[in-house]
Amino acid sequence: MIPVDFDYYKPESIEEAARLHEQLDRQKMLPLYYSGGTEIITLLRLDLIQTKAVIDIKAIHECREHILGEDYLVLGSSLTLTQIEERNAFPLLTSVSKEIADHTARNKITLGGNICGEIFYREAVLPLLLTDSLFVIGGPQGVKILPAHEAFQQTMQLGRGEFLIQTLTRKDFLGMPYMSVKIRQQWETGYPLVTIAALKAKGEIRAAFSGLCSFPFRSKRMEDELNRKDGTLDVRMDRALRHIPAPVLNDIEGSAEYRLFVLKNTLTDILTVWEVEQNA
Amino acid sequence: MNIIGKSVIRKEAPDKVTGKARYTDDFSSAGIYHARLVTSPFAHALIKSIDTREAEKVSGVRAILTGEGLPLTGEEITDRPPLAQGKVRHHGEAVCLVVAEKLDKAALAASLIKVDYEPLSAVNSPSQAYQAGAPLVHEHVEHYKRGQNVYPEPGTNIAHKTKIRKGDLSRGIGESAVFVEGRYSFGPSDHAAIETRSCTAEIRADGDVLITSSSQAPFMIKKLIGSYFDIEAGKIIVKTPLVGGAYGGKASVQWEFLAFIASRAVGGKRVKLRYMREEDILTAPCHIGLDATIRLGCTSEGILKSAEILYLFDGGAYADKSPDLCRAGAVDCTGPYHIEHIWCDSYCLYTNHPYPAPFRGFAHSEVLFAFERTMDLLAKKLGMDPLELRFKNAILPGHTTPTQVLVNKSNVGDVRGCIQRLKDIMEEEWEPNAGHDPRKVRAAGIACVWKNSTIDTNASSGVILTFNPDGSVNLMSGVVEIGTGTKTILAQMLAEKLRLPVEMIHVKMTVDTQTTPEHWKTVASRGTLMGGRAVMAAAEDAIRQIKEIASCALRVREEDLDIDSGRVFVKAEPEIGLSFKEVVYGYTYPNGNAIGGQIIGRGSYILRNMTNIDKETGAGRPGPEWAVGAQAVQVEFDTRDCTYRILKAISVVDIGRVLNERAARGQVMGAMSMGLSFAGRETFYFDEMGRVLNFQLRTYRPIRYGEQPKYVVEFVNTPHVEAPFGARGAGEHGLLGMPAALANALSIAAGVEMIHLPLIPELIWRTLQEGKR
Amino acid sequence: MPETNKKVLILSVNDEDKDIVFRPADTLLGVLRGKLGLTGAKPGCLNGDCGACTVLVDGIPMKSCIMLAIEAEGHKVTTIEGLINTKTQASFIKHFAFQCGYCTPGFIMVCHSLAEKQPHADKAVIKEWMQSNICRCTSYQEIEEAVASILAEE
Ligand SMILES: Cc1cc2nc3c(=O)[nH]c(=O)nc-3n(C[C@H](O)[C@H](O)[C@H](O)COP(=O)(O)OP(=O)(O)OC[C@H]3O[C@@H](n4cnc5c(N)ncnc54)[C@H](O)[C@@H]3O)c2cc1C
Ligand code: FES
Ligand code: FES
Repeated sequence: MIPVDFDYYKPESIEEAARLHEQLDRQKMLPLYYSGGTEIITLLRLDLIQTKAVIDIKAIHECREHILGEDYLVLGSSLTLTQIEERNAFPLLTSVSKEIADHTARNKITLGGNICGEIFYREAVLPLLLTDSLFVIGGPQGVKILPAHEAFQQTMQLGRGEFLIQTLTRKDFLGMPYMSVKIRQQWETGYPLVTIAALKAKGEIRAAFSGLCSFPFRSKRMEDELNRKDGTLDVRMDRALRHIPAPVLNDIEGSAEYRLFVLKNTLTDILTVWEVEQNA
Repeated sequence: MNIIGKSVIRKEAPDKVTGKARYTDDFSSAGIYHARLVTSPFAHALIKSIDTREAEKVSGVRAILTGEGLPLTGEEITDRPPLAQGKVRHHGEAVCLVVAEKLDKAALAASLIKVDYEPLSAVNSPSQAYQAGAPLVHEHVEHYKRGQNVYPEPGTNIAHKTKIRKGDLSRGIGESAVFVEGRYSFGPSDHAAIETRSCTAEIRADGDVLITSSSQAPFMIKKLIGSYFDIEAGKIIVKTPLVGGAYGGKASVQWEFLAFIASRAVGGKRVKLRYMREEDILTAPCHIGLDATIRLGCTSEGILKSAEILYLFDGGAYADKSPDLCRAGAVDCTGPYHIEHIWCDSYCLYTNHPYPAPFRGFAHSEVLFAFERTMDLLAKKLGMDPLELRFKNAILPGHTTPTQVLVNKSNVGDVRGCIQRLKDIMEEEWEPNAGHDPRKVRAAGIACVWKNSTIDTNASSGVILTFNPDGSVNLMSGVVEIGTGTKTILAQMLAEKLRLPVEMIHVKMTVDTQTTPEHWKTVASRGTLMGGRAVMAAAEDAIRQIKEIASCALRVREEDLDIDSGRVFVKAEPEIGLSFKEVVYGYTYPNGNAIGGQIIGRGSYILRNMTNIDKETGAGRPGPEWAVGAQAVQVEFDTRDCTYRILKAISVVDIGRVLNERAARGQVMGAMSMGLSFAGRETFYFDEMGRVLNFQLRTYRPIRYGEQPKYVVEFVNTPHVEAPFGARGAGEHGLLGMPAALANALSIAAGVEMIHLPLIPELIWRTLQEGKR
Repeated sequence: MPETNKKVLILSVNDEDKDIVFRPADTLLGVLRGKLGLTGAKPGCLNGDCGACTVLVDGIPMKSCIMLAIEAEGHKVTTIEGLINTKTQASFIKHFAFQCGYCTPGFIMVCHSLAEKQPHADKAVIKEWMQSNICRCTSYQEIEEAVASILAEE
């Protein structure tokens, strides 16, 4: 039950969407792009966000594309997480996605909504960061393509009226060895205490994290430390943890110390498996 | 007939799988108004001002209410304004109520009300509340009206204290050779029924008040609205349709007062109030928290001699039922053991937390967590098997309970029988091998449980039976169908007694206090005992009438008649008789003369010889019988990560005669699930200001599908002589030992004593870290 | 043009087309219960957490509290009232897979969809789907048995 009223628009092209946004913005309608809508609906009900107009982007063809092309996997931002899982063109993304929310909710939650949302876990972005994916962004100035690490820094870096249209992931990344682990406060359901997604690209380990800080991130410096050839796993791990880019979360899901404990154990497990494989 | 014990499908099952089953919020009517709350964001604060001007401008707003001028409410102590007056005492406390034509407008207006607060420091635990110099949650408890057996202490946060003095503690200590002491604590948590509390209220032109509520206590609503708002009880009619889960949380009366004053404010129009989940968690009463200290002494052979117990219950911001919970925890302050010397002080303390309602088990799983953990400490110290220690000390006929009730074969179940059976099952089900993973260990923890129900000494239950022209029977009882299947079980009892197929019994599912006879409250697993006895009495009444009419019609003596399969007949010559059809609407002779009329059976039952407990010693008979059980939980623990899986949970419960096998199992397993969820992950997280940080199901997370262990349930059958067919209560016992058993299992697995709940991996990790220091 | 305040919407619910006057801010749950009198889908949290409001949209389970009614336009909505004598319903009764019944419509919708879409689902898939809902009364073991018996029949 949403107490406030808003207008609902469903444009069919990128240009129309951008134009609408501009126009509504000028009319002080505080427009919001609307994808799965799960977060918008829940935050509106609690009066935690304001809008007088939502622009549903699900009818925009490009936002629904799901193509495994010659070079790239194209994922429309309005694809639901279960659609992406079922097609399973990107196994690491499938693996991360399957742990987000629950199956029924993922029939509604979209890739773009998860990445652009306010709820700070945004777990679906992790695989995209690890694979140097490209983000296709539309807006009043037309369409632009940015590398993931530029487009997403803690949050989506979107200018006024801009929105995520799709992501492009190079095909060679899709088949690389990967692991993802989501550890929760207890058992199998709930927000992450930490989620780790890891990829082995040409012998180098890449790792991205959600739930550790108040935003998801991939840290090159942490990866460098993990990939150093000197020192035991433990030492490399400790060196890596020094480069966590922000204070570790200390909240109802868990304390900062415990998160670090869990992080270290989980990373150790991942690295051990890979290094054992490598040495075998 | 052989209906008792059969797994008869619940009567309302077809409705429940087709969406036809209706709960309070499912009823609507054109033109109904909606109410919406404004609640406090602070746990303790003065209300400086309330500005409703913007809210009043919202179209369709009909009334905005604040606490001023409203009577105080509360069952044990009348300390609670329905809407805050001058001060808020817990996060989520109701402050204003908006009534509007449409729900969205009510919500919009509610969001526009500006309340100016001046925050005060909060009392954030019962231990803090107990300390001298703690801020006072209520400045003047002495000004409040209170029940007969409640003893608040002015100038402190003590809302009530129950004392148990059995034997002579110093003698007990003298006779003891081995001692252990444990301190335990856990915070408040929630019932989290999937149906949030909701209610509609309407005042008719003649002044009749009509309430429909998702409640376990429709008759209490009637009584309390009557007394607080000075309305004759007969003018208040409360209806309760099916209830979507309750677990004690809907035994408190709260949202009904709000719906009532909302309707009163708009000229009696029908108003609906449905709590949002956030309100259901914060505003509505919760599950009680506890700080406990227990010191046990026993002989070197492990015979318990002394128990010294301090319970500090988190009574929250308002007393309501918490003095009663504190009393119940004291009455059964130990496990089901024979201990000659018991000293227990059980306090109910005001804090700035949401206040508690009863919770499945009524303070028993809570105190048993502390007590049964201490039993394990003792077993460890003695080097004795925990089951053996419990077996040795099990309470038996001839012993007395903490409130000095003499135990006989009927009033307490068979503890030793349960322990014995548990031991066998554990051996059968035990899979000690954790496989090849050296990090994993497996361990089992056990707990023994018992529970009596401290219910009002004059609690009663009534049943009316009416017959239909086809010879079938309508059963009307004030028991609310909250999911326990009690109404179906009553139908089984009636079918058995009347020797009719159970399909011939039509159960009235909804309760309507105007036409349904009273059943005190649908709590404490007493529906089958009290409702059942009333059914039996009503059936006897009906049978007598059937025989009376038949004896005239057949010209035989009543004693010579019997009934079976819808017929009344002559015992010696069964072919001479009449079908119920021919009798239950009166018998008509061939010439047209008629006798009798529709048969209406009636029966009622009141618990016998219940007594209030003595203020100084606790001596008294607070409830009719103790059902007992023995439980075990097996875990697989990861020694590095401190995570664990629950592999198995076992309950052996003495429930007397099993009335409906599958339903009883379902009750026990469901309760076990709730107990493991409570013990394993549920609690409110408070900030230092006393605010609850997890007030949605996203962050307050009950157990989900796939997280559950394998459940094993078995029954021991020691009849409770006074109960129909010898049945004992079964709705709660599955829960009682789960927290203790899980904590005992994890303490063994992790090699460290777990003394808090919930048992999340971080807590185990932290406890281990502290141990290392 | 904005599809603004109080518009008319045609929804296909349980194979019937319904004209509905609605606000764009109305959730599907709100419309089903408030406008169509289909109270089988239950409000339990309005936050996507509990699953009591689950309905099927084109045969796929959706939490109707986190979906706008307007989003369902052009799709087929099925509520518990639209299921008649299904195996899932019978199985839930047979296995005592509910007590208070409040979560039941939601669980049945998920289970029914699963049986239709993936009749050979393994335990992991069953768990993934069924974990979307909360039942506070049963132990889930009963629900597990009910689901297993339906999928086993296929
Ligand atoms: C039961 C439940 C459990 C959850 N658990 C988790 C969890 O474990 N981990 C986790 O990460 N999340 C979790 N979430 C949160 C969930 O991530 C968000 O609700 C969801 O990701 C939002 O996706 P959506 O498609 O519904 O977004 P919407 O609600 O449509 O949008 C969310 C925000 O993003 C903006 N937006 C949407 N699409 C675009 C776009 N293409 N370009 C620019 N801006 C856009 C919107 O304007 C809005 O501000 C959970 C949600 C639910 C309901
Ligand atoms: S009401 Fe929709 S998920 Fe709870
Ligand atoms: S049957 Fe009550 S919540 Fe599931």
